[in-house]
Amino acid sequence: MTSTLTIGRRRGGIEILQFVRDKTSLIFTFFFPALLLLLFGTIFSDSYDHPGLSAARVFTASMIAYGTVTTAFITMGVGIATDREDGTLKRLRGTPATATAYFLGKLILVAALTAAEVVVLLAVGVLVFDMPLPSDAGRWLTFAWIFLLSVTACSLLGIAASALVRNSRTAGAVLNVPVVALQFLSGVFIHPITQLPGWMITLASFFPVKWMAQGFRSVFLPDSAVSMEAAGTWEHGRIALILAVWCVAGLVLSLATFRWTSRRD
Amino acid sequence: MTATRSSRPAREPGRLYAMTAIHVRGLRKTYGTFSAVDGLDLTVETGEIFALLGPNGAGKTTTVEILEGHRRRTAGEVSVLGTDPGRADRHWRARIGIVLQSTSDAADLTVHETVRHLAGFYPRPRLPAEVIELVGLTDKAKARVRTLSGGQRRRLDVALGIVGRPDIVFLDEPTTGFDPEARRQFWELIRKLSGEGTTILLTTHYLDEAEALADRLAVIAAGAIVAEGTPATLGGRATAQARVTWSGGRSEHTADPAALIVRLASEGADLSDLTVTRPTLEDTYLALIGERG
Repeated sequence: MTSTLTIGRRRGGIEILQFVRDKTSLIFTFFFPALLLLLFGTIFSDSYDHPGLSAARVFTASMIAYGTVTTAFITMGVGIATDREDGTLKRLRGTPATATAYFLGKLILVAALTAAEVVVLLAVGVLVFDMPLPSDAGRWLTFAWIFLLSVTACSLLGIAASALVRNSRTAGAVLNVPVVALQFLSGVFIHPITQLPGWMITLASFFPVKWMAQGFRSVFLPDSAVSMEAAGTWEHGRIALILAVWCVAGLVLSLATFRWTSRRD
Repeated sequence: MTATRSSRPAREPGRLYAMTAIHVRGLRKTYGTFSAVDGLDLTVETGEIFALLGPNGAGKTTTVEILEGHRRRTAGEVSVLGTDPGRADRHWRARIGIVLQSTSDAADLTVHETVRHLAGFYPRPRLPAEVIELVGLTDKAKARVRTLSGGQRRRLDVALGIVGRPDIVFLDEPTTGFDPEARRQFWELIRKLSGEGTTILLTTHYLDEAEALADRLAVIAAGAIVAEGTPATLGGRATAQARVTWSGGRSEHTADPAALIVRLASEGADLSDLTVTRPTLEDTYLALIGERG
């Protein structure tokens, strides 16, 4: 019998193949954040009087959070709703493929997409806006754990959200509402975040996006930029804690709400 | 039909066969106060082609989906390949094949990629190219699934249902939307699978299909079996009287049409428009579901 791990790996391969062949979703999920970065970076160039810190550099760091959220959360949420509707899940349920193998495949897809997304955004930052990449291993280590927790939390929340989506045609629009709202609340498009009303920062602090953006800024901005954060420190411990809590919440929610079919059985 | 059946090769020696592939007793499925399946009994022997006939809403799909493990049942006893589908694991799923009724998945993959991907799930799959040949899609092997016609898409669904070399195949209205030639080809494929010892359970509302393919069939109406038999014996067809008509509309029912015709000829009746008819499967079927309707 083919192991669940092997089937999951093959699902991952086929998911990636299907994704790259669907040019529309490729462009929208993938290059849209890069386009936003180009626009924001250009419009707000030289708007801070902070030495060695251009607006474009701040946006590059924050947009990695946005790119990760859209790619992981939207791809997962819309993808599962689509699979439920077009018969993919029903077909798999009649084969030796388990739910675990299916999700393994989805996670491989999301991991590949978000990694590629980060590369694209960093490339825009480095090539267009002359952003220097960190040279010390410590910062990349910070990047690794924040990225891993972010992708996991957003993917699991995407699985949970797919249960709320009634049909795949409207899934993208429905799921984008909380995503875009959270980007604004969390200061991804507005820097420094302290320009936002206090209650908004408090509200944003309950959700993962603020912490993801703050974490990525801590990796890609100079240490002096910490003065522009709401708390005046990077708060790595709190970032880890809140993202981990969302991972657990996402796991519990997705286990409780996942359905193979859209109808009652 | 009899010739086709008897030409089936003997079962593979050394392989173990349970005598009964599907065993259902008192199956019930209710949604609120509505009973979709209401006390259904069914037995399908290993290696048989069994057809489930019935009008829309009779409970065919609900029954088949319970057997496939896709739906939970409200009550009753169900065993498929010796296992309760409601509690089956992936080893059981490796032994069953499901041909889905309407799907639109894998649109951006090619036919070959899709078949090869699914083949990779099973312990002893058929070769993808072989299965594609078997369903007559070799010309389309490199085509994207979204470019297939409705009939080609259904044939792909059949390929995906049999690529794992299942012991039993479920087909829910497999030839809906096929042109007559595609249906004949499909029937050949089912006979070929059956010849290899695969048990086949199919639902259909095409009576000629059931008559051409099935070893045994059952008519389902309002969630229960109302008649069961072979295509020749269903609903007392074999013992029904023949109707002889001659001479512009005169007719008589008889158990022995030959004797009647000899008598008519000797009486000098005009036999130029003589016909002898027995109830068709369709007559029998309509009478059966009419009783319940």
